[in-house]
Amino acid sequence: MKRLLRSPAGLGPVIVCLALAAPAVAQEEQSTAPYAYRQLDDPAKETKAQDLMESLRCLQCQGQSIADSDAPIAGSMRSLVRERIAAGEDPEAIRAWLIERYGDYVSYAPQLTGLTWPLFAVPAFFMLVAFLLLRRRFAGKTEDAK
Amino acid sequence: MMAEIGLAALWLAAALAGLQLVAGSLGLTTRGAVLGGAVRPVAMVQGLLALLAFACLIYVFSVTDLSVKLVALNSHSMKPLVYKIAGAWGNHEGSMLLWVTVMGMAGGFVALVERRLPERTMLATLAGQAFVSIGFYAFLLLASNPFERLSPVPAEGNGLNPLLQDLGLAFHPPTLYLGYVGLSIAFSFAIGALITREVGPAFARAMRPWVLGAWIFLTVGIAAGSYWAYYELGWGGWWFWDPVENASLMPWLAATALLHSCSVLASRNALRAWTVMLGVVAFSMSMIGTFLVRSGILTSVHAFAVDPQRGTFILALLAIYIGGALTLFGLRASTVTEGERFALVSREGALVFNNVMLSAILGIVLFGTLYPLVAETFGAKVSVGPPYFNPMGALFAVPMLVVLAVGPLLRWRRDRFARVGKNLVIPAMLVAAAAIGLLMIGGVALLPFLGLALALGLAWASLLPLKGRNLRRTPLPIWGMVTAHFGIAVALFGMSSESAFSVEKLVAVKIGEVTQVGPWGVKLDTVEPVAGPNWTALEARLLVRYGTDGKVSRMLPQSRSFWAPPQQTSESALLTRWNGQLYAVLGGEAPAAGDKSEAKSDAGSDQGRWQLRLWWKPFVPLIWLGGLLIALGGALALAGHVLADLRRINLRSKIAYRRERQGR
Amino acid sequence: MSDTVPPRAPRWAIWLPLALFIGFFALVMIGLYRPADRNVASALVGKSMPRFDLPPALPGRPGLDSNVLANGKPHLVNVFASWCVPCRVEAPQLAELAKAGVPIEGISVRDTTENLQGFLEENGDPFQRIGADDDGKVQLALGSSGVPETYVVDGKGKIVYQHIGEIRPEHLGLLLGKLQEAQQ
Repeated sequence: MKRLLRSPAGLGPVIVCLALAAPAVAQEEQSTAPYAYRQLDDPAKETKAQDLMESLRCLQCQGQSIADSDAPIAGSMRSLVRERIAAGEDPEAIRAWLIERYGDYVSYAPQLTGLTWPLFAVPAFFMLVAFLLLRRRFAGKTEDAK
Repeated sequence: MMAEIGLAALWLAAALAGLQLVAGSLGLTTRGAVLGGAVRPVAMVQGLLALLAFACLIYVFSVTDLSVKLVALNSHSMKPLVYKIAGAWGNHEGSMLLWVTVMGMAGGFVALVERRLPERTMLATLAGQAFVSIGFYAFLLLASNPFERLSPVPAEGNGLNPLLQDLGLAFHPPTLYLGYVGLSIAFSFAIGALITREVGPAFARAMRPWVLGAWIFLTVGIAAGSYWAYYELGWGGWWFWDPVENASLMPWLAATALLHSCSVLASRNALRAWTVMLGVVAFSMSMIGTFLVRSGILTSVHAFAVDPQRGTFILALLAIYIGGALTLFGLRASTVTEGERFALVSREGALVFNNVMLSAILGIVLFGTLYPLVAETFGAKVSVGPPYFNPMGALFAVPMLVVLAVGPLLRWRRDRFARVGKNLVIPAMLVAAAAIGLLMIGGVALLPFLGLALALGLAWASLLPLKGRNLRRTPLPIWGMVTAHFGIAVALFGMSSESAFSVEKLVAVKIGEVTQVGPWGVKLDTVEPVAGPNWTALEARLLVRYGTDGKVSRMLPQSRSFWAPPQQTSESALLTRWNGQLYAVLGGEAPAAGDKSEAKSDAGSDQGRWQLRLWWKPFVPLIWLGGLLIALGGALALAGHVLADLRRINLRSKIAYRRERQGR
Repeated sequence: MSDTVPPRAPRWAIWLPLALFIGFFALVMIGLYRPADRNVASALVGKSMPRFDLPPALPGRPGLDSNVLANGKPHLVNVFASWCVPCRVEAPQLAELAKAGVPIEGISVRDTTENLQGFLEENGDPFQRIGADDDGKVQLALGSSGVPETYVVDGKGKIVYQHIGEIRPEHLGLLLGKLQEAQQ
């Protein structure tokens, strides 16, 4: 539904032509936000930003994180994350800000809410079942073996 | 013409599958016993016909017969031959044909060689295999005919998605399918055993090689897929817990559990009902995965022609096969006892623990993958990704890995920790040393920290079963186990190292400029246009140097433009060293940062600034090397079991021969 | 329990796999028959418009300050770009809405002045103001996940409706209805 218009220049068989045309294509399709393709100078902050970006979903190509996507909106989101981290904001606050706008869908890290509690209950339940199964299997074993 | 032959072969194969089902079922009754003799030959011919149909499809793709709709939609005459051939299974219909071909061939192969089980169980097994095949033949013929003709014939085909025009496509799907569908044999064996109530060591021994074979392919297929995604998508990720990736992981987890419970059943006649259930579950996971991928019910990065109608068809097949098999299990399992007992501290105990943990991981992966769907039924959207799967998986994987270090040292039936304890001193010290070392480096997140520390201890412990053995006389299955467990340690080390120590660098550099990523110095030498068979590209030449090393290497990442279909891809360049991989991607010409009006006015002077994405990933190749070692371990074990069987058959025929001569 | 009678799995455990499968089946049945909706709706519908102040996208034309959206009259805020094909498709409908007297404000996302000028010359210009959202930040602040999207904002600056994708002729009635609601 929302498709980008591609410049037909890429179809040209003349290679030199392509080399000249490529930047024009790139400008239309790449995000021009300042930190879309630029890292923060402070490595500690960049790591923080990277960790957050890897857990945010790209809204255009929906199967990828914004850290792994060339979609323009992912670029805008990366820039937003980096700029806010640089300004000293907490990563979880940025995540919350985005969730406020896009819902839980934007975050790959499910938050514990009324909707998502089973995601956290099920592993605990598995733990319990595993424990019970193993206990039942081996209960009173020492007497038996003797 | 070839398309019609293929279609005819497919219909015939479907008909034979029907015959196989009828003959196999009637063969179980006393009155129909004569029909039993037909089952094996029919199964073999059915497999060959499916293979013929697949060969026809490859033929029409290799000559780009555009009158076949599937070719016109997915291929293009100007495409290297290897991608034309691989393109045959790079789409829904073709891959489903590959699926039934593997299924038919596997069934035929079982019919040809498997002679250990009572003939009644074999008849039930082959009938079960035919029953499952019929559904997929029906799906193919009625809902996804790969040989459909197109009129009028188009002048040119639509082409194949450039991301798929890669050697990865040639290897990844066929191996993965051999694994997925190979598990159908275990499924059929389980059904056969449930019908005839013959669940015992003989059943486990007969089933084990087939499970091993499928599991080997599955392991290779997953590793290949992961590596393919790693270099092809251009972002250096190797696993994202995407639904499609999970769909391949789930059968692997079930098959791994099955493999281990099989060995308990084969050696100790225990875990009977559990093993049968895993046999059903493993292939069920293959089918569920296929359904999830093709119905388009989940959002995934992987493109598949999505069609709810097809989804409904597969769902009906799931209901029949999985529902039917589990009902049969419920009815019969109450008469199948759990078998011999054993103590908690014993080889069986460790294997049971491993099975329970693998099942729990499987449950979490399945639940997490489906949860977005659950949320949608409540009208909300959620995403479940790596931040969920990694820690939740680790919750069960870490205890399992600890037990993995100990389990192979324990004796069957009953043992004491005190006996094996002293062997584990060195691995424990390795874990402690690694942990201290990592703490001193600092800044390593919890999961990679655990992974790195455990990997070292596990690598050592995995070799311990060889201790005190004459290496030449050590049976191959033991070598297989050791290799596979060592492979797990290797892969774990690679994964943890990648996530703990990767260095990323995004830069916009001018020609001649040098940038630093980790220990590497990278110089952008030139950016030049190059042409391929169906693409043109901008190719960067990077001159890279490791540390103060004198040696300069070249890397050639490309930004490719395909024209059929028109699409741009980034071809990454990889440089492998013993201690890691340097990963380079050429982005576009850099938009100058900041104000866009400035960028425009500045265009003249700023030209020639290119975006590079560079990663230094220490020990990342170990992930896939470990995967291959795991598969190799499986292959060794398989070879060992098959050789032992052959020896036994040989011996038996010699004895029979001698008896015969004496009798005369 | 003596060694001669080996244990059996409990009855409930034997039927558990089938029960789980039935649960799975029910879940995906519902999933298959519910119309697929891949759009990510903004969670801000029903809440007030976030504060922003965008510079003019075209020289000589006003930019877009979110304050004008709270001037007592309902507005349409159209998020668009010259590089987006569906934006051309919806241009006649926007023109019609503008003719009907609906104030339409534009947010031009990741665009250049020339391209935008060309786009407006070709497809008409229904906008009162156009703000330039070059780095896409206001788009993110609105919870918009693509272009085009159209927001109905009431006179107090509250978002009452979000239309995702191009406005087709059949959507006009719906939008006018939402605008009317917003007026009350």
